[in-house]
Amino acid sequence: MILIWLLVILFVAGILAGIAARWDALLSRVIALTAIGVDFVLTAGLWGTDASAQKWIAEVNWNWIPSFGIHFHLAVDGLSLLMLLLTFFLGIVSVLTSWTEIRERVGFFHFNLLWVLTGIAGVFLAVDLFLFYFAWELMLIPMYFLIVIWGHERRVYAAVKFFLFTQCSGLLMLIAILALYFVHHQVTGIYTFEYSELLGTHLSPGVELLVMLGFFVAFAVKLPAVPLHTWLPDAHTQAPTAGSVILAGLLLKTGAYGLIRFVVPLFPNAAHQFTPVALVLAVTGIVYGAVMAYSQTDFKRLVAYTSVSHLGFVLLGIFSWNQLALQGAVMTMICHGLSTGGMFVLVGGLQERLHTRDLELMGGLWTAVPRLSGAVLFFSMASLGLPGIGDFVGEFLVLLGSYRISVPITVVASIGILTSTFYALRIAQRAFQGPNPHPWRLSDLTPREGVMVAAMIAGLLWLGLYPQPVLNTFQPALQNLQHEASATTAALRR
Amino acid sequence: MSTRDLFALLPLLLIAASAVVVMLAIALKRDPGLAAGLTLAGLTAAFLSACAAAPIVPRQVTSLMLVDKYALFYMGLIIASAAVAVLLAYQYFEKHDEQREELYLLLLLATLGCAVLVASSHFVSFLLGLEVLSVSLYGMVAYLTGRRPALEAGIKYLILASASAAFLLFGMALIYAATGTMEFSNLREVSLSGSPFILLSGIALTLTGIGFKLGVVPFHLWTPDVYQGASPPVAAFVATTSKSAMVALLLRYFYLSGALRNHAVFLVVATIAVLSMCAGNFLALRQTNVKRILAYSSIAHFGYILVAFLAGSTMAAGAVAFYLVGYTVTILAAFGVVTILSNSGQDAEDLEDYRGLFWRRPAIAGIFTVALLSLAGIPATLGFLGKFYILAAGANAAAWPLIVILVVTSVAGLFYYLRIVVALFSDPPEHAAPVEVLSRGGALVLAALAILLLWLGVYPIPLLDLIRTSVAGLN
Repeated sequence: MILIWLLVILFVAGILAGIAARWDALLSRVIALTAIGVDFVLTAGLWGTDASAQKWIAEVNWNWIPSFGIHFHLAVDGLSLLMLLLTFFLGIVSVLTSWTEIRERVGFFHFNLLWVLTGIAGVFLAVDLFLFYFAWELMLIPMYFLIVIWGHERRVYAAVKFFLFTQCSGLLMLIAILALYFVHHQVTGIYTFEYSELLGTHLSPGVELLVMLGFFVAFAVKLPAVPLHTWLPDAHTQAPTAGSVILAGLLLKTGAYGLIRFVVPLFPNAAHQFTPVALVLAVTGIVYGAVMAYSQTDFKRLVAYTSVSHLGFVLLGIFSWNQLALQGAVMTMICHGLSTGGMFVLVGGLQERLHTRDLELMGGLWTAVPRLSGAVLFFSMASLGLPGIGDFVGEFLVLLGSYRISVPITVVASIGILTSTFYALRIAQRAFQGPNPHPWRLSDLTPREGVMVAAMIAGLLWLGLYPQPVLNTFQPALQNLQHEASATTAALRR
Repeated sequence: MSTRDLFALLPLLLIAASAVVVMLAIALKRDPGLAAGLTLAGLTAAFLSACAAAPIVPRQVTSLMLVDKYALFYMGLIIASAAVAVLLAYQYFEKHDEQREELYLLLLLATLGCAVLVASSHFVSFLLGLEVLSVSLYGMVAYLTGRRPALEAGIKYLILASASAAFLLFGMALIYAATGTMEFSNLREVSLSGSPFILLSGIALTLTGIGFKLGVVPFHLWTPDVYQGASPPVAAFVATTSKSAMVALLLRYFYLSGALRNHAVFLVVATIAVLSMCAGNFLALRQTNVKRILAYSSIAHFGYILVAFLAGSTMAAGAVAFYLVGYTVTILAAFGVVTILSNSGQDAEDLEDYRGLFWRRPAIAGIFTVALLSLAGIPATLGFLGKFYILAAGANAAAWPLIVILVVTSVAGLFYYLRIVVALFSDPPEHAAPVEVLSRGGALVLAALAILLLWLGVYPIPLLDLIRTSVAGLN
């Protein structure tokens, strides 16, 4: 039941926050903050419960549209639990970071913010493929509004591009879901969208590859994998800070989550077959993202391209087919959410102060805003993979795992890490060191920003120094998924 | 003809009777409120009688009409959408000085034609229903005689509709010549045996007539002009009521005659579907007139419906019916918004009229957004489930090329729906004219439609069950 409440609280609070702003903008912010906070606490409470015996930590299963075999089925395992925690944590960050940035149309802003979080939480919770698609599409609309109303200069272009990319790939996934649904019916005589029942469906190799590709494209657009990434720099750059945090921190993770949860267990053979392509896409992303990041002058665009690079590691980890790399991939997902989220918060804060994102116009900011600069330096170090910070753990595990299947791929990926040093240092040098051409006089981090950033830094350090509790949480889930994948393979061999 | 037969025909009789009553009432006293009220009462009675007739069907009433649950379902849909059109028309024409009572008369007659179409199982009733519908529509489209575009649209529709009716008639004659029968069901045995040239030409020509009314490519040329020229309530009626009736007839005609099993016919319909999806969506991209955008999008939507129709599986009839319900509710809501925002001088049809509407009238803009998202097929709306149903029907029949084209073109479609949404949510222009305060009745109708869109979009079981029982007898 608690899972339903997670969604209902966000959903209702969205409406309330929208209405409340008619009287008082502050009330709207407080409602949003409280609702997400309650969800965070509820989810954290779930973490405590020991559920090693069952497959799911918590579960809700209702009939929804019986004539199609559609269920309203939500379930949580270690993997989705951590993703939910990340969702609600970054949700709180998004509300806080918009506290002074968003001054117009506050009610509608929080309405959209809470609804996009509802959609994302739904994606992480759904284990009925129809429901999953439903949530998958539903999170687009509020995100679209966030970009198109509160975004920067080229917001309409960026929002429409984002929407078209994701919608087109989403519809391909819908076709793939339907194909799976009907094939499953042909084999078993049962119409169902239930994830656990569709596992192990007997597909002929050609069909399996096509259906897998339908899913893969949808997730690769979100991830993003390189040829399909072009929406990302625009959307991230043009979105308001909260939008960038949610895009980079959460929406990209839904793509990775989909790959881990659906593509690998449902279509293990096709995915195996597809491995070489996926690996090449992954390292291309890693290197391309890093190189592009280096050549940007727009600070937000730079951070956006680093996401392309980091998510390449996630793709690499997923398609390395061992536990080590997979754990690394999940670890990278969580840490990237925190570090990039933090980076966007700081860049947003900088833009609020300077009214520009252009790195060329910055310089020598360290003397003006020492605390902010220090924080940016920390997140840059996280981005370049400094040991002791969470990102390092994730990427290191991925490289360890991928080394087992392909040495050349691993070497290229490591070069990608090397490149990340360049852009990370360029940020630090360009913006904060050197002469201060405009004698900027700026206010440093406010207590509100300080608390947010400190929490993210603390999280990253914890993940970097003592990642074991988190690894323990998602490990059983990953083993389950791997087990299911091999069961599917075995069923097909028979 | 027994009393039971008459009872089965009661919806038709009631619509016809209320047309007479409205005519007499107009002769006695010119009062738009009275005329609209009588029309609504007649439609309500007809709707209730359609519900009441459900237990005694199916009945073949003479060889012309087959009243079964399928026919009653579509009659219900048609009558309900006509009733909404009446409400919208009342709102709209309140702002106009023209004599506005006769519109309801024409609307009732057109509804009668539609109701005849959905129950017809014979070419004669087909033609009768079609002509009653068309002739009333000429008058309705050109109703605002003071406006040039309305007259132009009326004349255009008149000429093209007459020409297509002539094609249709010729097609029927050819079919009769080849088979010696005018009943759809008798065609079954004949059309299966080989493919005689005359019969095929006949079927092709009847398709021309049907395709014209549906506004599918290549018979779509009238659609944008008529949508633009006609007043919004009339455009809503043309887009929903008349097209639903035509789809219902097409389905029955092809199911009873088994014409789709002929490869050539299948290919022709598939081509029409593909062309409609492409042309509708791509031609809408460059439009800046909201009515024209809706017109082109309707071309595409009927392309989608044809995809389900072609799937021909057991799911197909259900998918078509479901999609039509969603489409009808959505289009009524969309044209309802256009109606409410229009004033006596000018219809609200330019994209500029909608700029920043959300910040001035959030409720109306919200309803329009929901309608547009439903047309675009975004989850939590009826339009999404309709599209899902169509894709499911297509996938079930393994019609992969068609559904891939559907998906690709509908993404192009998103682009122009989003353009309207962007306009709704962008900053309002500096010196915007204040939006007129709208009547409570119109707002209520719109709100009801929007709630229906969302409610059935999330909880479609009642509608699905109703459709399931309705289309069960079709095969």
